[in-house]
Amino acid sequence: MNNEDIIIRLEHVSKSFGDKKVLDDINLYVKKGEFITFLGPSGCGKTTLLRLIAGFLAADSGVITMDGKDLNGVPPHKRELNTVFQRYALFPHLDVYDNIAFGLKLKKVPEDEIDRKVSKVLKLVSMNGYEDRDVNSLSGGQQQRIAIARAIVNQPKVLLLDEPLAALDLKMRKDMQIELKEMHRQLGITFIYVTHDQEEALTLSDTIVVFNEGRIQQIGTPTDIYNEPQNEFVADFIGESNILNGTMLEDRRVSFIAHDFDCVDEGFGENVPVDVVVRPEDIYIMNNTEAAQFTGKVKSCIFKGVHYEMFVDTDEGYEIMIQDYNAFEPGSVVGMLIKPQDIQVMKKTCLLNSFEGTMTSDESVSMLGGEYDCPKTEGISKGDRVRIDVAFDRIDLLDNDEDAPVTGNVAFILYKGNHYHLTVITDSGEHVLVDTNDVWDKNDLVGVKILPEDMHITKIGS
Amino acid sequence: MNKRSSWALPYLIFMILFVVLPLLLIAVYAFSDGNGHFTFSNLLAFFTEPKIMNSFLVSLEVALENTLICLLIGYPVAYILADKNLNKSAVTVVLFILPMWINALMRTMATAEIFHALGIQLGKGTLLFGIAYDYLPFMIYPIYNVLNKMDKSYIEAAQDLGAKPSTVFLKVTLPLSMPGIVSGAMMVFMPTVSTFAISEILTNNTIQLFGSIIQEQFYNMMWNQGAALSLVMLIIIGLTMFFSNNEESANEGGLL
Repeated sequence: MNNEDIIIRLEHVSKSFGDKKVLDDINLYVKKGEFITFLGPSGCGKTTLLRLIAGFLAADSGVITMDGKDLNGVPPHKRELNTVFQRYALFPHLDVYDNIAFGLKLKKVPEDEIDRKVSKVLKLVSMNGYEDRDVNSLSGGQQQRIAIARAIVNQPKVLLLDEPLAALDLKMRKDMQIELKEMHRQLGITFIYVTHDQEEALTLSDTIVVFNEGRIQQIGTPTDIYNEPQNEFVADFIGESNILNGTMLEDRRVSFIAHDFDCVDEGFGENVPVDVVVRPEDIYIMNNTEAAQFTGKVKSCIFKGVHYEMFVDTDEGYEIMIQDYNAFEPGSVVGMLIKPQDIQVMKKTCLLNSFEGTMTSDESVSMLGGEYDCPKTEGISKGDRVRIDVAFDRIDLLDNDEDAPVTGNVAFILYKGNHYHLTVITDSGEHVLVDTNDVWDKNDLVGVKILPEDMHITKIGS
Repeated sequence: MNKRSSWALPYLIFMILFVVLPLLLIAVYAFSDGNGHFTFSNLLAFFTEPKIMNSFLVSLEVALENTLICLLIGYPVAYILADKNLNKSAVTVVLFILPMWINALMRTMATAEIFHALGIQLGKGTLLFGIAYDYLPFMIYPIYNVLNKMDKSYIEAAQDLGAKPSTVFLKVTLPLSMPGIVSGAMMVFMPTVSTFAISEILTNNTIQLFGSIIQEQFYNMMWNQGAALSLVMLIIIGLTMFFSNNEESANEGGLL
């Protein structure tokens, strides 16, 4: 990447609020003139990152540079960027004209030039003639336009937008998306956009950065992110998807839902466990079962406006989501086809849980902030540091959290066709991955139970 | 009268007995002489008697000075209290409000005693000290309230648009806290004009404020003259209230 094309670069940026790590080792760069979106669920750190770039917060560690200059210690009013705030933050004691002229007046721009610039920018946001209006008398959409006008009139090198459309209704949001995109094209300045709305991100962006829990999950163009998600979080967060456990049999051949399919992915090795993502609109559904790769029975069918969304139980007991323009009645037997290029294979991030702990006796171990019984293992005794491996499906989650040594909250739920894959964050902050058939809700408080015979213990450093 | 509106009856009687009737009595006394004949002379005395006019002007001057002192001390205090970085506990706010829980007269007498003990001559200086001490919380609280409720994104927006900290204060924080300042100024100014006991105690009766004059008149059984001056004060207070309420948003910073 040519350095001259990069306007903002972040290296190893971290930020904590108290004990909570909000951003963890963020590395990314923003190209000049690009429309880049930080996308993620609420609390993923995307807004914090924007505030670090704007200068309202200081990073705990790491470097943020703009045009090659370190921004550390540079106060917000000396940074050549402007922000559009989520709740607009228009000054209520000033009218529209004075709000927009605020930055220009501070820069001592001559009055006639301010007049010219204000009326030009008002035309750009289609608000000409509103100069003398009181900002409180404007609708949400109009206030948003003034907020954008107030930022871009200063001709910043970078425009930061913090969920600018979140407070608008759906119709208005769609219109503003188109206008924002058009403004970006006309102005040619770099836009850094923060949103939790994946559709908005896909519509607007040149580049999307997907965040979760303070880490970057994937950086790519909207098509990359949608068609080739790099992990289950991205696949689940962006659009609808079927995420399934599979096995890479060999190059370009993958097995999932108890069938073998041709695919286009290579280089995973042979007989390697993988995650497979198939978008619901990429599965062909038909009444003809002869020509199908696999068959099943329609369980439900809902009209979604443009398409029908159907859940199909396959003969082998997997539940698949399918979107199609044609409706298939619940109960009807259908055949299905998936084309090789529509199968996205992802490397599994981990294959089993691996915890670290300390032996408290020959048959008990302290881990995850609690004490568990464990099998007696030769050569391991009290006080040893050990690694405990447990398979995903060998962990029991209990309703009654008092019956288990450790409790935690369900943080992330993924349906994998025939079971749920849960991420439980324990009270000690560690992640426990669980495969289960039981239905849990996000944020449920659960007890984490592991039987001694399901643990595999090895000594660390031996 | 339907059933619900009859519930208002006790309050109506209360209002008539304790608000409307006394006001009418003040008006009646103000416009009559000792024999019950109609006259303007009581009211005219306000303009013609130099002693009354003088004490009124002194009162206005003292009230203005007191308001200014309270504002100069109170605004920075309110600003610090409302800043989460500078003030991390709610206790400090209570500490500033706490003196209001003690009777003003007792505080004033204690203050006067301290001046005696220190050998400081009672006069205008001690008067201003005493009333500023009495009324400071009334200035701090409305300003604190407004600053505390103010959306911090306004400050960030100003910084973002290139304002250095002093500009942020002058162009955004100060104008947005005006309702609190107006409210605080009213709550200090008006009671100061009409105060009487405090000025007597703290000046050894060398400075007579307007309130003291009115009190003196009633004390000397000159009810008609006293009522007329009370009416003048009522009108002045009413006018200031009217003009401050016209500042549309003034009620935002109210003490209540």
